[in-house]
Amino acid sequence: MNLQGIFSMSRKDLTTLVIFSIVVLALPIWLQPFGAAYPDLMQRFAIFGILAIGFNILFGLTGYLSFGHAAFLGVGSYTAVWTFKLFSMNPIPALFFAVIMSGLFAFIIGFVSLRRSGIYFSILTLAFAQMSYNLAYSVLTPITNGETGLQLESSDPRIIDSMFVGEQAGLPVSNFFGLEMSGIPGFYFCAIFLIIGFFITQRIFASPFGMMLRGIKSNQTRMNYTGFNTRPYTLTAFVISGMYAGLAGGLMAVTDPLAGAERMQWTASGEIVLMTILGGVGTLLGPIVGAWLIKYFENIFSSFNENVLHNLFGFLPDGVESVVVEITSMFVGEGWHLTLGLVFVLVVTFLPGGIMEGYRRITAMFTGGGGDGKKANADDKQTQPAE
Amino acid sequence: MTTANENVVLHVADVHKTFGGLHALSDIDLQIEEGKTHAIIGPNGAGKSTLLNVVVGRLAPTRGAVVFDGQVLTGKQPHEINQVGVARVFQTPEIFPELSVLQNVMAPAFAKRDGAFKLNFLSSLADEKQIREEAEHMLEDIGLIHQKDMHAGSLSRGDKRRMELAMCLMQHPKLLLLDEPTAGMSRHDTNTTIELLKKIKERGMTKVIIEHDMHVVFSLADKISVLAGGRIIAEGTPEEVRNNPKVQEAYLGGAH
Repeated sequence: MNLQGIFSMSRKDLTTLVIFSIVVLALPIWLQPFGAAYPDLMQRFAIFGILAIGFNILFGLTGYLSFGHAAFLGVGSYTAVWTFKLFSMNPIPALFFAVIMSGLFAFIIGFVSLRRSGIYFSILTLAFAQMSYNLAYSVLTPITNGETGLQLESSDPRIIDSMFVGEQAGLPVSNFFGLEMSGIPGFYFCAIFLIIGFFITQRIFASPFGMMLRGIKSNQTRMNYTGFNTRPYTLTAFVISGMYAGLAGGLMAVTDPLAGAERMQWTASGEIVLMTILGGVGTLLGPIVGAWLIKYFENIFSSFNENVLHNLFGFLPDGVESVVVEITSMFVGEGWHLTLGLVFVLVVTFLPGGIMEGYRRITAMFTGGGGDGKKANADDKQTQPAE
Repeated sequence: MTTANENVVLHVADVHKTFGGLHALSDIDLQIEEGKTHAIIGPNGAGKSTLLNVVVGRLAPTRGAVVFDGQVLTGKQPHEINQVGVARVFQTPEIFPELSVLQNVMAPAFAKRDGAFKLNFLSSLADEKQIREEAEHMLEDIGLIHQKDMHAGSLSRGDKRRMELAMCLMQHPKLLLLDEPTAGMSRHDTNTTIELLKKIKERGMTKVIIEHDMHVVFSLADKISVLAGGRIIAEGTPEEVRNNPKVQEAYLGGAH
């Protein structure tokens, strides 16, 4: 395959990529009116975006629902922190090893889990993830530092760094050749990986390989009788998507160099599933939209308290106000999960294709018809109900 | 396993298949000659579909072997059997409902060209001009070119079957197995399909057809095997089978 072949894209894909890049790079500007333009949250936007698009390569294209993707996230984080401790605070080797390591992990877990499909596959991945969590939490304490989580220490060897930089006071910060990976630079570092990850996903969606994965989701029997060995296809998809999760985990460690076992818990795996379904399974942009929405709600709604609500509903008469505040306070702060649950139920019930389907219906309404669902336009027109 | 006749492509040798105590197939010995259209007929429950499933590797025979083109198929995976040149049309169409009609027809060509697995996730489907053109040509042949961008799942039942046939033909298989290719089709669709199958016959492709419709069988088959109760009770040219009293009793007799 020549270089031109790698970069040849359809005009539509290229437009999407350019617009997507602009939207991502301009996050600090357009998020301001939403009160979400602080670096910490934007870093999470980029990181969970990577996680969700990677997960979608498996779930969206092949239909295999993994309930253990948080394990790869954790493996990525631990590997990155160990790379920091042993070699260098430069994020590049840390991410490189995070991706390789999570890919290896995904290969082993996928090799076993993909012998089954449907619910059995999901349960197997869940079991593996819980095993990884328990290993990280207790058994492998020497490697993972158990409950406390893996952290940097000033006594770490950092072989490569120590050759170039002398003793420093305090804990070092991950830095890209001197540029510290926190705050806005940290966000842009993650954002670039999100854009690269998105580009690769676009390529996969538009490739024969992507079509075969869709074929597996659509009719595995026909795939077999057409001469395809489906196992290597699903395993490759599983490994690629595990590597995305490892990259996300690595970036978490880059922006904040510590790794804890809770990152691997099943609730974390469930969150990835929610993001993908909320945004739109099998669509290019949906999982990112879902990830951003959930992270936004988590951070904004959970920070609301009664005082904020009293200010918000201050215009109402006193008696009414206290009732309204009483009711809405159940849905904010600690109760933001209730809001999320409600939104999720509404979306799955009325828009089984997620938010992207809602978007499609609205555009179809304005362009007058064309939304009869009969046209199969390759990549992002799939309106599969969540399975 | 030796085959007496040089021209035999598929040899179903002494195959038995039991499900629990039920003898679904007993002493089946079939020799399919190259380039011929061989029909397997028989009343419901005679074991026709079981026989086909044994050939394509979906079921393992209890005893006996299936030899195709000098290779033993028994024990091979369905995708391996396809890769040696056997394609199958199912009784209820097995297609990719969520993919477009064009993609449905393109997919088999990839299996033929690239083998059972190829990691080509950075190449572009849009660059596969040759396969696309071939697929469009095939869709023109079967009259589905105007539906090429539709979801295959929204095609009519008859169109789905024709598309499935086209999917198999894209691979230029050495042996094509058809399980009731015209079941549930209108008379008109049936005739179109017969014409299509006759065209394939001219290209010298070997075919095994399971069919209920005698009109289809007698207009296509070079040779007919009659299956009843899991055994072959008669075999011969359409004329011979038509005049065979055993067949008339077991099968045709019931219908007329």
